[in-house]
Amino acid sequence: MARQAVMPREREQGAAGQRARTSQRASEQRTAYLFLLPWILGFLIFTLGAMAFSLGLSFFDTDLLSTYTFIGLGNYNELVRDPLFHKSLRVTFLYTAIVVPFGTLIALGIALMLNQKIRGVSVWRTIYYLPAVVSGVAVALIWSWVLNPQSGLLNQALARFGIAGPRWFSSEDWALPGLALIALWGTGTNMLLYLAGLQSIPTELQEAARIDGAGPFRTFFAVTLPLLTPTIFFNVVIGIINSFQVFTNVYVLTQGGPNNATLTLVAFLYKQSFQLFHFGYASAIAWVVFAIVLVFTLALVRSSEWWVHYEGGLRQ
Amino acid sequence: MTTTTRSGMPDRRPVFRPWRVVLYVVVAVGALIYAMPFLWMLSTAVKDAADAFLVPPQWIPTQWHWENYIEPWRNLPFLTFYKNTALIAVTSVVGTLLSTSLVAFAFARMRFRWRGPLFVLVLSTMMLPRQVTLIPLYLLWSKLHLLNTLVPLTLPAFFAAQPASAFSIFLLRQYMLTIPVEIDDAARMDGASWLQIYWRVIVPLAAPAMGVVAIYNFSAHWNDFLEPLIYLNSPDQLTVPLGLSLMNGRYGGDVGQIMAQTTLSLLPLIAIFFLAQRSYIQGVVVSGVKG
Repeated sequence: MARQAVMPREREQGAAGQRARTSQRASEQRTAYLFLLPWILGFLIFTLGAMAFSLGLSFFDTDLLSTYTFIGLGNYNELVRDPLFHKSLRVTFLYTAIVVPFGTLIALGIALMLNQKIRGVSVWRTIYYLPAVVSGVAVALIWSWVLNPQSGLLNQALARFGIAGPRWFSSEDWALPGLALIALWGTGTNMLLYLAGLQSIPTELQEAARIDGAGPFRTFFAVTLPLLTPTIFFNVVIGIINSFQVFTNVYVLTQGGPNNATLTLVAFLYKQSFQLFHFGYASAIAWVVFAIVLVFTLALVRSSEWWVHYEGGLRQ
Repeated sequence: MTTTTRSGMPDRRPVFRPWRVVLYVVVAVGALIYAMPFLWMLSTAVKDAADAFLVPPQWIPTQWHWENYIEPWRNLPFLTFYKNTALIAVTSVVGTLLSTSLVAFAFARMRFRWRGPLFVLVLSTMMLPRQVTLIPLYLLWSKLHLLNTLVPLTLPAFFAAQPASAFSIFLLRQYMLTIPVEIDDAARMDGASWLQIYWRVIVPLAAPAMGVVAIYNFSAHWNDFLEPLIYLNSPDQLTVPLGLSLMNGRYGGDVGQIMAQTTLSLLPLIAIFFLAQRSYIQGVVVSGVKG
């Protein structure tokens, strides 16, 4: 890149320069690793070391205090047979299957609207983005009130149209859709990334498509959407990872109930570890979650060759 | 799509088209739906229990119960909760900014062996569900007798080892790549060391991206629930989200007070967001996500 502009100057200095350059490179390398040192230490201790330890724990029956019994694959065998684990797998998959596709559509839809020339765009953008700024317990509490079966905002609005709203977090069928609704409300970060993606598309391309006689829909599907696929790819990968980690809303709103209808994998993990002290079993759950996320991510990366387009036709 | 306005005249009024009316209606209705839960929270925050449960709902209460905003402070030590949360969030933001900008600088500017593979490694940690490391880290902090302190919640930030760190490194590196290398070269001609180039040249120029990382991490820590829940349990160490959750469990009935305290807990986030709104969104737009 632009760095090459400096190289000829260095080259002029001949053999002595060569040696000086080699030592300069070595010192650059040393300095670079010094800069990386905090991250390397953090990675070795807080990530890699912790992962290795967690993998080890998953072969033990332990409460972390008195007993450490090696049971080999015992925890994994038990997981395969545990109906609660099956339930939590189903719950998490269903949640992901709702939140990721609908989240993509909603975020992309809002971004497309806000990318038009409309007045007060920064006000609109702020309103749509604000729910993403706040999250966690506060959001859970707001929604527990919005989705209150009797006096909640949504059911009262539905009642206006003569529809009897569901009992949301007290209903086995509606608790999970309720949680999904909260996630869809907080989709602002995705919206912002799509907006960034849309604004980075050179207008000449859309202009050219228009001159060639393509209508707005044709332009969108033939030019805009393909150029957005890198952003869609990123959002879908992160969306799946986040969906597999949903916990706070479950803890505050449903505690995994009613009748385990919202027992997500992480809620199940929390229950097994910090409430029942089955830390070995919980570690096995963590590794199954990790394996699932990994498989999904790798499958998406593989599939990206077919559907993710990079500008200029070059994959990075 | 806005066919007539892109012809080079920047300030021409958009031509009236029926679909534009539809667009405005859809945008406005959508915005109203998105804002509704907040408005509902604000309205409930000044109601007593009787008014809160009225059917049909009253947006403007007949009696304003401002004491809802005061009462929770009497029942739980929220002042301490706010102090703890602010301390955790600010310390973590400082740590994250220092550690991730150093790493991002090295990846954006320096040549070293394994640069490519190491960067892939940084990015791949984004895909790691943090539950995998939760139990070992809990054990680590408990063995070091650091449970019920702020250390487990802040120290990893200085080692770029928090859930949001990888994304922060990515964002900063992307932004630093947009800063012309000639600026570094000029500084090096003047005898600046790598550390000086990093601290005096690149960090100031990367301020917009640093701002994005700061806000992103501040809100992540302000809202964090799972880790404080595990690491903290003595009443004088709790954070605001834990306090809210406690309030919800303890006074399940008084929704007015809960909404009032919820409103207060959101204020710092909303204030920071509004102060930095323009540069925040601009920062994300510039750094972007490509591949």
